[in-house]
Amino acid sequence: MTTLDPDRADPTQVDREAAGAATAAGPPGRVDVVRATTASRVGALLALVAVAVLGTAPLWARTSVLRTLIGFFPLLALASMWNLLAGYAGLVSIGQQAYIGVGAYGLYWLSDSGGLDPFAAVPLAALTAAVISVPVAVLAFRLRGGYFAIGTWVIAEALRLLVANVSQLGGGSGVTVTAVSAYDRQTRIYLTYWLAFAVGVGAVALTYLLLRRRLGLALTANRDSETGARSLGVDVYRVKLVVYVVAAFGCALAGAVIYLNLLRIQPDAAFSVNWSAFMIFIVVIGGVGTIEGPIVGTVLFVVVQETLAQYGSWYLILLGLLAVVVALRARHGLWGLVAERTGVSLFPVRRRLGLPTPPATGGSR
Amino acid sequence: MTTANNLVQGLLLGGLYALFATGLSLMFGVMRLVNLAHGDLAILAAFLALVAVDGTGVHPLLTLTVAVPAMFAVGYLLQRGVLNFAVGGDGLAPVLVTFGLSIILQNVLLELFSADSRGLDAGAVEDTSLALGRLNVGWFPLLTLVTGAAVLGGLQLLLARTRLGRELRATSDDPEAAQLVGIDHRHAFAVATGLALATVAIAGIFLGIRTTFSPSLGPTRLIFAFEAVIIGGLGSLWGTLAGGMVLGVAQTLGAQVSPGWGVLTGHLVFLAVLAFRPSGLFGKPVTT
Repeated sequence: MTTLDPDRADPTQVDREAAGAATAAGPPGRVDVVRATTASRVGALLALVAVAVLGTAPLWARTSVLRTLIGFFPLLALASMWNLLAGYAGLVSIGQQAYIGVGAYGLYWLSDSGGLDPFAAVPLAALTAAVISVPVAVLAFRLRGGYFAIGTWVIAEALRLLVANVSQLGGGSGVTVTAVSAYDRQTRIYLTYWLAFAVGVGAVALTYLLLRRRLGLALTANRDSETGARSLGVDVYRVKLVVYVVAAFGCALAGAVIYLNLLRIQPDAAFSVNWSAFMIFIVVIGGVGTIEGPIVGTVLFVVVQETLAQYGSWYLILLGLLAVVVALRARHGLWGLVAERTGVSLFPVRRRLGLPTPPATGGSR
Repeated sequence: MTTANNLVQGLLLGGLYALFATGLSLMFGVMRLVNLAHGDLAILAAFLALVAVDGTGVHPLLTLTVAVPAMFAVGYLLQRGVLNFAVGGDGLAPVLVTFGLSIILQNVLLELFSADSRGLDAGAVEDTSLALGRLNVGWFPLLTLVTGAAVLGGLQLLLARTRLGRELRATSDDPEAAQLVGIDHRHAFAVATGLALATVAIAGIFLGIRTTFSPSLGPTRLIFAFEAVIIGGLGSLWGTLAGGMVLGVAQTLGAQVSPGWGVLTGHLVFLAVLAFRPSGLFGKPVTT
């Protein structure tokens, strides 16, 4: 059998595969299946440093920096969720704002009306969204491709109008979350920051962990060929449903955090299709179908948005143009361009086949 | 009586929705491309007409003579210059590119014309109506329905009877085989988008006369067109007209119950059709 490599995060799975590959490729013990590379080890180290620095930000950063980061992390979470949907499950949704809205209104409903602590209300609001997303998926999955995209959008619109018609939720003019006033200002900012940080980092980590598991293999198989995946026994419908529900949960979590910071919730803003525009532009520019893409995209998005803040909606026009060009010319985005040239992968989910000391053939992989 | 009147208004409103839906159906039918910028292009046409009316003082309906060919040209160039590179890939690009165009168009119109609501003033035709017993049927909604039916019928004829129609159908069935017999699919696709945007120009200008419009109105128009297509059944042109009418009736009757429920009722009817009759009310059942 193969020797255990400490760099394999999931030894049992790799072992099973290595064994399978070994019987196919030749004598056992000669084939090694690994995910990590030197670049990914360096990357993981850098990522850990970044997480440590950002995680302690309230101890060293000014309030203005914290505020920018409180805006950044939920966007990163939204982008990661959209990437999981479109980049890995092939579900191009333009309706994720439905769950942002449910997260926001769930936060209000559970804390202001229900008397829960607002910070505890955030995950519960996200769970509500996950429950709602199941029947929504059953309906929306009847449509495909571009029609699926508009279908999800219609459902988000229906939810917006429904909320706007409920006077207990403030109707069209919206509501204000007042439950947070139990906390003093400083504590509130710190807690909101850490929650935002956890949601942002958690979304990236969740994507990475999901993709390393069986689900990741099933998704990759399905992306490359749905028919092929089905014939290998992948329950495509179930896999897509799982991703859709996870993404609904993640988007609602991000939505609740966004409105925990903004406090004023209006149906037109919370259910705005602009959220989808943000997610799509970030992921397309950063790199669809890569875990690093949403990170690169969100950094770029926030920088452009802050730089062009005084010029109205020109930042959106500029990012839209960039997204269109990238979608046509560089399908895996800016990160894809980097990865193609350097082979760097910060989050290795691909399995690499290594043949240690090949006797006859010249190549090493 | 109000209900009967609303029913008639709803049916007539269906004519406008069918006008919007025709172009969406045509592009999907020929290229399997769902143009998410569809509604925004209609609003662009309405603003084109507004500029023409403001500049020359002509009647808004006369601007059709300029706006329709102009939008045909926009469509042709858009397809040749941009969308042809998006079709036929992994399926992600068309949605992403047209959605990007939609957001760009909305925001450029917003920067150029501000968020104010505008309207096209067509004079007497807007307010006069035909009295049928106790029902009042507005001349303009009637004209819209007739135009919608004429555009659908004309397109049907064009696709069924002309050389261009044969080329479009052949390209739709198999672009590569069509190329083998001498049809340039890039040109055929561009003509299809041109035709779609020509119908979009008509839809946008009729919308501008019927009601006020602003740069942010595009997405709602796209959604109504899409709902008309799905309610009617994919691939059925006359089903689209019927789907538009079902949507129009649902909206007017919903609004009669409570003003806030008009559009929402339309969405709910759409979702009900999706749940219980996914192939549409008038489409052939499909097995996927």
